[in-house]
Amino acid sequence: MSENILHLDHVTMQFGGVVAVDDLTLDVNQGEIVALIGPNGAGKTTAFNCITGVYEPTNGQVSFQGQVIVENYPQGKMAAQYAGENKGMFTHRLAPTPDRITQLGIARTFQNIRLFGALTVFENVLIAKHMRAKQNFLSATFRLNQKEEQRMREESMKLLEEQGLAHLKDEVASSLPYGLQRRLEIARALATNPKLLLLDEPAAGMNPQETQELTDFIRQIREEYQLSIFMIEHHMDLVMQISDRIYVLDFGKLIAQGPPEAIQNDQRVIDAYLGVADDAEN
Amino acid sequence: MQEKRNKSGMIAVMGLTLMLLVLVLMLENTIKPTHMIFIVLKKSAVYALVASSMNLLNGFTGLFSLGQAGFMLLGAYTYSILTIPVESRESVYYIYGGSAIKFSLPELFGGVVGLVLGVLVALILGGCVAALVAWLIGLPVLRLKSDYLAIATLGFGEIIRAVFQWDKLGPVTNGANALKSFPTFSSFNIENADGQVVLRLSAFVPLLLAAVCIGILLLLINSSYGRAFKAIREDEIAAEAMGINLAKHKRLAFCISSFFTGVGGGMFAMFANQAQAKNFVTSMTYEILLIVVIGGIGSISGSCIASFLYVAASEWWLRFLDSEAYIGNFQVPLLRTGFRMVVFSVIIMIVVLFFRRGLMGDKELPDLLRMLRSRGKRKEAAQ
Amino acid sequence: MQYYLSIILSGISLGGQYALIAIGYTMVYGILRLINFAHGDVFMVAGLMMVYLSAWLPLPISLPLMLLLTAALGFLIERAAYKPLRSAPRMSSMISAIGVSYLLQNLATYVTGGLPQMYPKIPFLSDIVVIAGVSTKWVTIITPFLVLALVIALTQLINHSKVGMAMRAVAKDFETSQLMGIKINSVISATFIIGSFLAGLGSMLYFTNYQSIVPLSGALPGLRAFVAAVFGGIGSIPGAVVGAFIIGISETVIKGSDWSVFSDAFTFALLIIILVVKPTGLFGEKTTDKV
Repeated sequence: MSENILHLDHVTMQFGGVVAVDDLTLDVNQGEIVALIGPNGAGKTTAFNCITGVYEPTNGQVSFQGQVIVENYPQGKMAAQYAGENKGMFTHRLAPTPDRITQLGIARTFQNIRLFGALTVFENVLIAKHMRAKQNFLSATFRLNQKEEQRMREESMKLLEEQGLAHLKDEVASSLPYGLQRRLEIARALATNPKLLLLDEPAAGMNPQETQELTDFIRQIREEYQLSIFMIEHHMDLVMQISDRIYVLDFGKLIAQGPPEAIQNDQRVIDAYLGVADDAEN
Repeated sequence: MQEKRNKSGMIAVMGLTLMLLVLVLMLENTIKPTHMIFIVLKKSAVYALVASSMNLLNGFTGLFSLGQAGFMLLGAYTYSILTIPVESRESVYYIYGGSAIKFSLPELFGGVVGLVLGVLVALILGGCVAALVAWLIGLPVLRLKSDYLAIATLGFGEIIRAVFQWDKLGPVTNGANALKSFPTFSSFNIENADGQVVLRLSAFVPLLLAAVCIGILLLLINSSYGRAFKAIREDEIAAEAMGINLAKHKRLAFCISSFFTGVGGGMFAMFANQAQAKNFVTSMTYEILLIVVIGGIGSISGSCIASFLYVAASEWWLRFLDSEAYIGNFQVPLLRTGFRMVVFSVIIMIVVLFFRRGLMGDKELPDLLRMLRSRGKRKEAAQ
Repeated sequence: MQYYLSIILSGISLGGQYALIAIGYTMVYGILRLINFAHGDVFMVAGLMMVYLSAWLPLPISLPLMLLLTAALGFLIERAAYKPLRSAPRMSSMISAIGVSYLLQNLATYVTGGLPQMYPKIPFLSDIVVIAGVSTKWVTIITPFLVLALVIALTQLINHSKVGMAMRAVAKDFETSQLMGIKINSVISATFIIGSFLAGLGSMLYFTNYQSIVPLSGALPGLRAFVAAVFGGIGSIPGAVVGAFIIGISETVIKGSDWSVFSDAFTFALLIIILVVKPTGLFGEKTTDKV
């Protein structure tokens, strides 16, 4: 069994009275590609946001490489409202901002592409290098960090070349066609040197051919950068081809998990996607 | 490739600035020193600096702050309080029976070198005070979103103004009265033993100071930190996901911008020959904001050009609108006191409504030169 | 005792006058998400118009005419300065608002020649009344009642009329309500007309008390009323009114104490505190950014 890289332990996210993610426990191991699927509104992106620090989970724990990075328990107003399980299981609060999570080695892309639209392709990638640079604002202003700046530029350029975006480096990011924007977003995430990459619907809006290319691309970056990948996706072809394991969420609850073949034949999953028969009779 | 282009652009801008400085130096020593252009040059140098630092926040980091007048006030007061000669303190602070501060930086250093050093140190300290206060108010205020940030900083400006007019602080701030008698730009004119001016530097000095400060701002904007600021402007959530600490970087931009606004405030005091809290009102912030808009939000060269045009138009070119004029026996209608500002604000509204990107958009001078050159080349190729 | 009574009385009435301005800010913000920086200047212009109109015309004509013209001014400003920028970034329209404010102030300086103008005496409102030993103008007594009546009328209008329903829909979701066939432009115009009309009324009450008008007369009351609107939760009319009374009363109390220099500083400190502690104000609704 390979090393565990991401572990969610009984994570619950409640907004007001709505439990968006309910007692979610899952694992991603070193080198795996794991998919999180489920009907719209099942809480998939919310789960991502809990991992990356955009939201603070209401209850539960997230560990990265065996180390707890996010933890919370119902408190304040939530203490009375809390509708999930495992109350009292966790007693600490650890809520880093998203940039801290990225620094630890978790990078992500967004469901609705969030590039730095007015900046060039090259700058988009270069910005991701800012985080790991040792400079401070004075040394950067007075150009005392030439070597480091040079290295950042070279690394970014190399990454663009590897991703086949080098010829577009001076284009404004928002002017790229949709497929390339997605690819640039992934390249930008890779530029933070992550160990775990979270992809939020990378194939959304792509045609079958583009989806196929993306499939190969994801496999390829996993090999090249020794990544583990955790992704949300609706294209079942892609998911079934590429995933080592799949988790299925419905109404915030985990309803199934396992290898692709098992998920394909799981009755609960089919029901969640197609609706249960007696619904139709009403 | 891109670096090379950046470098050649940088050199072009530096050359241009140098030429401008030499030109001003020559003009100053040939034309009558009371000519309107010198007032315009001095004031626009100050405004260019303040507008550029506002642009760092509004244009590059996407933080809409309206606290400029407050930070200028801090710089102006710090500068004045530290540089008023000891012997003049009695008369300046006559209401409070003398100043609580018993030294003056230029005198502390002594001589001509002391004047230069003292003024510089006082300006920098003015900037530091502004930056420190910015850091303090940034802690709560920078968490606010766009318009709320604007109102909170606007409010901050009002508070600062009230504090400095407070009677109890009189021995330091001279209450609601003006601070004066400190070294101004004309103090830098070089005189011979008879007290006659040999070399006039009173317009050159503010331009040089502003050029250096704006140069530093430009270096910052083109550094890795500048890119991080732009990332925050484009998309805060994505910037955070790229490992950029929002709180830290916003505070940094706010403090640096306030530092240079503070320095600009000190220079404003030198320009006006006095510092008085009641002059640093909200409409001053609005003026600077309008300069930024006219120049183009996100363009430092735009801010510089616009501040010259703005000051020249309001103080000089449109002056004639304020006085009654006759053509033969016919009195030109409308012309009388106040008409200049009406025309002026109509022009501003036209820019805001119909030329929304301002003079330069988000382009800088080198970008423009490059575009011209490539257009020229294309034409040549076509022929 | 009489001293305190007089301070409280004038505080309440000042609060009422701010409330009338604050409603204009809060309604516009609720619908356009725009801080209408020119609103304070509309208030000032309303005062000036009254000065000039009453010099020509008898009061029963000049007063309604002033209100009508003020409402028209609000309508015009929106059409000329904000409508063209509706699809532009929010910062643009805010800058445009600042530009309009600058223009109105400069126009006022030009017209008045920079000299303070005396507001006309309005019979009854300007008359002195003595209550519990405190002598004050009738306007002080009447303001809070008038404000309450107007606010009740306004909330009825917003909650029960067709225009009001459209306003609420547009405030909730600009684009969707457009798709639902609501005539956005007329709703926005109605908002500006109502806001400016109330500012006109407010200026009548305010300047009856503080009689001299200069071009900058609108700036500070405008800012204070805006703070009141934010304080109460911008977008909420009852919030704006409550906020205005709080700001008005605390301002008069501080002006009457040794700390009078700090009356505006206090107002803004209050603003910063509420923004930091509860950014949505007392009655505001929370909005979230979707990731």
